[in-house]
Amino acid sequence: MEITFEHVTHSYDANSPVANLGLDDVSLKIDDKKFTAIVGQTGSGKSTLVRHINALLKPTSGKLTVGDRVITPETNNKNLKPLRKKVGMVFQFPESQLFEETVEKDIMFGPMNFGFSEAQAKDAAHKMIELVGLSKDYLQKSPFDLSGGQMRRVAIAGVLASDPETIILDEPTAGLDPVGRHEIMDLFKGLQAQGRTIILITHNMDDVANYADEMAVMSQGKLVASGLPTDVFNDQKLLTDELLTLPQSAQFAQALAQKYFQFDKLPITIDELSTEIKQQVNGD
Amino acid sequence: MNKLIMGRYLPGDSLIYQLDPRGKFLLTFYFVGIVFLANNVASYVFLMAFVLFAVYLSKISFGFFIKGLQPIFWLILFTVLLQLFFTPSSHPIWQWGFLTLSKEGMVIASYIFVRFVLIIFISTLLTLTTTPIEISDSIESILKPLKKVNFPVTQVALMLSIALRFVPLLVDETTKIMDAQRARGVDFGEGGLIKRIKSFVPILIPLFVSSFSIAYDLAIAMESRGYKDGEGRSKYRVLKWSMRDNVTVLVMAAVTIILLFIRSY
Repeated sequence: MEITFEHVTHSYDANSPVANLGLDDVSLKIDDKKFTAIVGQTGSGKSTLVRHINALLKPTSGKLTVGDRVITPETNNKNLKPLRKKVGMVFQFPESQLFEETVEKDIMFGPMNFGFSEAQAKDAAHKMIELVGLSKDYLQKSPFDLSGGQMRRVAIAGVLASDPETIILDEPTAGLDPVGRHEIMDLFKGLQAQGRTIILITHNMDDVANYADEMAVMSQGKLVASGLPTDVFNDQKLLTDELLTLPQSAQFAQALAQKYFQFDKLPITIDELSTEIKQQVNGD
Repeated sequence: MNKLIMGRYLPGDSLIYQLDPRGKFLLTFYFVGIVFLANNVASYVFLMAFVLFAVYLSKISFGFFIKGLQPIFWLILFTVLLQLFFTPSSHPIWQWGFLTLSKEGMVIASYIFVRFVLIIFISTLLTLTTTPIEISDSIESILKPLKKVNFPVTQVALMLSIALRFVPLLVDETTKIMDAQRARGVDFGEGGLIKRIKSFVPILIPLFVSSFSIAYDLAIAMESRGYKDGEGRSKYRVLKWSMRDNVTVLVMAAVTIILLFIRSY
């Protein structure tokens, strides 16, 4: 689904003495079937931005279009289910949303709310549990007996089970071990290959470099940059202004560039970096 | 939840902020008590002037205080209307069935209204200018005499300060869980009574579970930092009673005397 923000402003506690601006005139287009990463410092409005996409928050002014739905300040809270079925949202530490007696029931909860039949929901639960890397034995366990990482996977399965077209991920790998992180990130990349739109909020620049097609940088409620990750990471002034770090490959390339090596554009992934090094070493 | 102004602390710096929280706490209760002594127009005008002066001294925007009235606006309206139309009178201005509008009714209704405003303004002033931790420190210090009758003052104070510290965290957690369940297709506040009650299960269970894990983590963290029990601890935040607190008490005494005078006048 294509998602377009047009001059979206969101103010928390609007019209009260403690009002504060969460989003300030954001215009952004998120392409269909692309993997878009949103970065920015803590409190820059990333989470506020993505909560608009399934109308958990509504703009104070401006409008946004999600597929064929238009969300304006006047949009009312009725009939949002079709939108929320299409936009799956994995919150930070999603393990805190588990509540059912068994893992199976918890995964079925979302699909059942969105009008799946019990058989369909059960079927989805059985598929999803394996997709997130757990065996079917876990389906009959209580979610509260699982480890933190397993709970995270169950929570993600619960969101994916409703078969959303767009998946929003708010730091899905925070607090996971390195192996778990790569598994989960590869899972999302795989879902993109099936034709879904992925939006990822992250502080991990390596994930941005390795997985994202597009990136957007937020700062103090404003969108300060958007485009290809290569272009954004090559904008030295932006990086300094927004206190963004480079992906590790780019940091290494930067160190190499001080001696012998020259890069037209900093390579941001290991593959790009090794190709560049190979070319330059053989070229000499 | 975020709309509630009363009970929220607002960082700032003015005379009212610098007062000793114990004094502020006790004087606020005292003031709420003497509000009921007022019995005529002059006395209410005097108390109102005093409260507005205190609000002015706090240097907090007046909007916050008006906002503080909002949550109980309907309660005020209901009570005022009851007084307005149900006060029996021998000289009604207007009468229809059991409804009577009279001069006495109007006077009593406006007294009730002013009383509400006074009490809410003064308690909003207390909570806006005093941090929750100062309030719990004051309660501990005020309850101290009860130690003599084996009342666990330090434990109660600890529970109180932990509870206060975790209120905003739990509110955030609740909002987060509600959002997460909404994203999974739960409609809160829709359908019949049973359906509505049922829709709270997906919030309550995760909230209890996370409270348990917070409590467990916090207890471990406290033990590992050497907490044994409340006895024999020194204090980091020491409350200081200063000259301006004496002055405040004197001002309050003066207010009481003037009020008693106006009242009998």
